[in-house]
Amino acid sequence: MLDNTSESYVTADGRTIGGVVMEMRNITLRFGGVEAIKDISFDIREGEIRAIIGPNGAGKSSMLNVISGFYNPQEGEVIYKGAKRPPMKPYQVARQGIARTFQNIALFEGMSVLDNVMTGRLNHMKTGFFAQGLWWGKAEAEEVANREKAEEIIDFLEIQAIRKTPVGRLPYGLKKRVELARALAAEPQILLLDEPMAGMNVEEKEDMSRFILDVNDEYGTTIVLIEHDMGVVMDLSDRVVVMDYGKKIGDGTPDEVRNNQEVIDAYLGVAHD
Amino acid sequence: MPDQLIFAMEVTFNGLLNGVMYALVALGFVLIFKASGIFNYAQGVMALFAAMTLVGIQEGRVPFAHLINAMFGTHVHEFGWEVPALLAILLTVLVMVAFAYLVQRFVFRHLVGQEPIILFMATIGLAYFLEGVSDLMWGSEIRNLDVGLPQGINDWIDSTTFEALGYGFFIDNLDIAAAVIAAILVMSLIAYSQYTKNGRAMRAVADDHQAALSVGISLNYVWILVWSLAGMVALVAGVMWGSKSGVQFSLSLIALKALPVLMLGGFTSIPGAIVGGLIIGVGEALFEFAVGPLIGGATENWFAYVLALVFLVFRPQGLFGEKIIERV
Repeated sequence: MLDNTSESYVTADGRTIGGVVMEMRNITLRFGGVEAIKDISFDIREGEIRAIIGPNGAGKSSMLNVISGFYNPQEGEVIYKGAKRPPMKPYQVARQGIARTFQNIALFEGMSVLDNVMTGRLNHMKTGFFAQGLWWGKAEAEEVANREKAEEIIDFLEIQAIRKTPVGRLPYGLKKRVELARALAAEPQILLLDEPMAGMNVEEKEDMSRFILDVNDEYGTTIVLIEHDMGVVMDLSDRVVVMDYGKKIGDGTPDEVRNNQEVIDAYLGVAHD
Repeated sequence: MPDQLIFAMEVTFNGLLNGVMYALVALGFVLIFKASGIFNYAQGVMALFAAMTLVGIQEGRVPFAHLINAMFGTHVHEFGWEVPALLAILLTVLVMVAFAYLVQRFVFRHLVGQEPIILFMATIGLAYFLEGVSDLMWGSEIRNLDVGLPQGINDWIDSTTFEALGYGFFIDNLDIAAAVIAAILVMSLIAYSQYTKNGRAMRAVADDHQAALSVGISLNYVWILVWSLAGMVALVAGVMWGSKSGVQFSLSLIALKALPVLMLGGFTSIPGAIVGGLIIGVGEALFEFAVGPLIGGATENWFAYVLALVFLVFRPQGLFGEKIIERV
């Protein structure tokens, strides 16, 4: 059972979960008259795998878009590393160390796998405009260092064989993995995964689950993920937020959530009288 | 060697060099199209504006002199100094960067996510606006541009070919200089877009806006960068064409010659712009040489466009354009 303090604790499988790194406070997001998210609060602890689940249209992706700055909520606050985050553009959020993948894969189709992963390193490259243009001074060393890091991640996700292949030619499952590689290349503090396993077969799902666990374990990256496959979610995550019709109906460990009557109703349907 | 063949060789050579000049203009189009999906109708006018600004700064003219004089009843026209060519080029680059910033800030920032045709229309408006601005800023007289590029017949080629073939080729030094500069420009542009952070960011933005944002790329910054680069390519094209035929309004019409080049080479390929330019240059020169006399000449005026039409029918993406691959 978790208490609500920000002290760290050790999980059953021996990973250390730190204090709260991000907190959503009373977030409300509207599109015109439609409330996609209604007054939701939850927190994300350092080093944990935090899942957001819920039926279709529950507002899960909207929530992820709020975290990554693609949407700015009308009400509520995002607290990141103890400070209130002002409304930001997505690229500014990315520069704060929050990387993401997309439900419908957003890769640079015309570029090679390696180049895609290298774009993830952009924010780690500091050389000025002119130095780069002329490959002056640090520019070359920097390119090499970042290339090394990119190769390391390519090895880690086992996509060496397709390094030079244009992404547009890859099958769906591999694209998903390349997208993860690009997000990972940024060495993010928080990694947001929007349905990383959607449309995959069992084997691919197992691979992806293993990579997600490895990333969390190896790099200590905090992961927030949206997923439909309940089995996967319950196996992977430390804590789960359950959403339905834009509202939060459950929050806790997989076991707690599984036994929550409201959650069961939302998923199995219940007769309203 | 028969005379006809020797003439054909000379014509081919000159055609190649002319083609380089076409390619220079086409490059500016490709750059912007690749990075922002905008077909920039104003590229030709940008070349005119850049060349006008360069001459104006070099000769120490007062910008907006007519306007100032009309408003304040003064009679200023020149500062009375001359700026060395290199410094003048640097200052012109700054002007083009400022222009890029203004275009992004006041036009394209407000059109993010609009249909390509809307963006295209905006560049048409931009072309006419810029044409007016360059008139107002520097006047509409024809000016001579001289930044110290070599001009006139190349004696070495003339004498060598005369010794070897008994006929001296007439090749303009300026054309050779243009070819060399174009080659350097293209190689550095390719290297820049392939191996640097900003180049990669440019390609990323061209590919997918959302994905670019998610890895921390600022779209505004990249667009300003792209327009600045296009401005610099316009400056190079403007300097070359301006040195060749004087800086005047018709400079903006060279953009029309770039269109068939783009259709041949593909709108998205830098090497394509070069090869397309060379094919058009050589093709129209040889066609005029071989077929021109039979049908009354002046084939240069239409040959490129007919060739482009043929290409549109058989290979609409051009020689090097990206084939549209859809996975279903």
